[in-house]
Amino acid sequence: MILLAGIWLGATAAAADDSALTVTEIAPGIFVHQGVHAEATPENLGGIANIGFIIGDDSIAVIDTGGSLREGKALLAAIRQISPLPVRYVINTHFHPDHIFGNGAFAASHPEVIAHANLPRSLAARAGDYLASARSAMGQSFLGTEIPNPKRLVGKTDDIDLGHRRLHLTAFPPAHTDADLTVYDEKTGTIFAGDLLFMERIPSIDGSVLGWLKAIDKLRRVKAQRVVPGHGPVSAPWPAALDDEERYLFVIATETRKALANGESLRQATATVGQSERPNWQLFDAYNERNVTAAYTELEWEE
Amino acid sequence: MRLSRTACIGQALSFLLLLVILAVAAPRTAAADEASDDPWPDLQTAIFADRQIADGSSFMHLEAPARAADAAVVPLEIKFDPAQMPGLTVKTITLVIDKNPAPVAAVFHLAAVMPDPSIGTRIRVNEYTNIHAVAEMTDGKLYMAKVFVKAAGGCSAPAVKTPAEAVAHLGEMKLKLPPDATAGQARRAQLMIRHPNFSGMQMDQVTRYYIPAKFIEAIDITYDGKPLMSVEGNISLSENPFIEFSLKPDQAGEMSVTARDSDGAVFKKAWPVPASS
Repeated sequence: MILLAGIWLGATAAAADDSALTVTEIAPGIFVHQGVHAEATPENLGGIANIGFIIGDDSIAVIDTGGSLREGKALLAAIRQISPLPVRYVINTHFHPDHIFGNGAFAASHPEVIAHANLPRSLAARAGDYLASARSAMGQSFLGTEIPNPKRLVGKTDDIDLGHRRLHLTAFPPAHTDADLTVYDEKTGTIFAGDLLFMERIPSIDGSVLGWLKAIDKLRRVKAQRVVPGHGPVSAPWPAALDDEERYLFVIATETRKALANGESLRQATATVGQSERPNWQLFDAYNERNVTAAYTELEWEE
Repeated sequence: MRLSRTACIGQALSFLLLLVILAVAAPRTAAADEASDDPWPDLQTAIFADRQIADGSSFMHLEAPARAADAAVVPLEIKFDPAQMPGLTVKTITLVIDKNPAPVAAVFHLAAVMPDPSIGTRIRVNEYTNIHAVAEMTDGKLYMAKVFVKAAGGCSAPAVKTPAEAVAHLGEMKLKLPPDATAGQARRAQLMIRHPNFSGMQMDQVTRYYIPAKFIEAIDITYDGKPLMSVEGNISLSENPFIEFSLKPDQAGEMSVTARDSDGAVFKKAWPVPASS
């Protein structure tokens, strides 16, 4: 089935009760809930990332589960308003708390929990901090949330079948994190990029700035119709959606290299690098200096 | 004070024990009780015993961002103004991050040939804290300066973003020297050592075991075989320990660095330092 870009008019499923997330059908059988551009709070339940699900003939795959058990349950409630099919797969695009902490909501249907092969190790090292800071940010709203434990690990690629609907999973070398996994729906040409794609909200570098630029090159070769970014609109045109993020990362890498060549210290570099990008991103001041620190401590080892 | 190679938590516990002993041994005044959340008085006693420490702020100060972007990589400079300290030469600098689980981040032992005792490094900061630098002069007197830094979580944060890379490059070193130094002029050298400097505070949530501490504990820097500086390091130094220091070679020679980690692994590298033009 071929869908012409722009023909599909997404239908928004009305939230019948307030415990179900609002989701938008961005392509036939693909629903996405849009995260807000903020830090986690008791009110938003940690719902700051885009999360969604894909419905096949036999089963459903959830792609990222949100920032708390409660957000995961609200996502499940949204699914149940649309389809009675079982959730057989929970796919985690990486290990950041706003994407994974809703996993527990789906435990009852015993899904296969899927992640990048590096995820268990990297999450284990960070989980204590993640739990502590999410508890302090969300309080009661975070109660019951547990650390996910994915058993189906993807080293390079993997495929799952939802019933006449095949999803292709691709694991990336270190980029946004060292455990980035994308999901491609063959039926509609839709790619879930996870946080390999930030739109509107400033990208955060928790892996490798150079690796991320390489990942964008690789992503551009994917023949997709549209993308679901980890943060930003629920759906965006492909591959133009990558442009802003690629420009930001390129500016950070280029200006950091220049600062290093000029003998600027880490402190000097964090004050100057990337400032031209300030008007282009939400939460710029919360993340830019940290991104420059990450880029500087990576690039200073270049010859 | 040389901190042992036991895990960060162990150090924290024994340090708490020490505080308890101190509290029992030395009854505190009412004024001290009011400031009892300030660990410095007890730290000072634990590290320097009853030695007097004078205010050094007329010739030494600490520079750090007031609010750190990344608590695991906080740039810090201990700066001296030699013009304001006639006749004084720095022998040792002890860097103390008051509220870190392992408060003594590093001890720098400087050879007399160092033209400028100013040191730059990068540290982990576990919570909002004062940072003290205490300089011991060649006449045996102690002076100090301090700065307050807002940052949190740096000790337990897994700074290692790409663990596979960290293992592949363990112990590699890089030395940066400004290319345009002129003869007899002091220049700033930057030494970088690839090492995850595991703090021992990162818990594996599945096994509930702490990832063992593994960190650079000694760095010896020589020029043409003569000691320039030695550093006692700890888990409060960031991943990939970074040290900036001054160098004023009279002639072309070789800088040599030997680093040892808490597992006993030894890393060595030497660089030719060209004659200045």
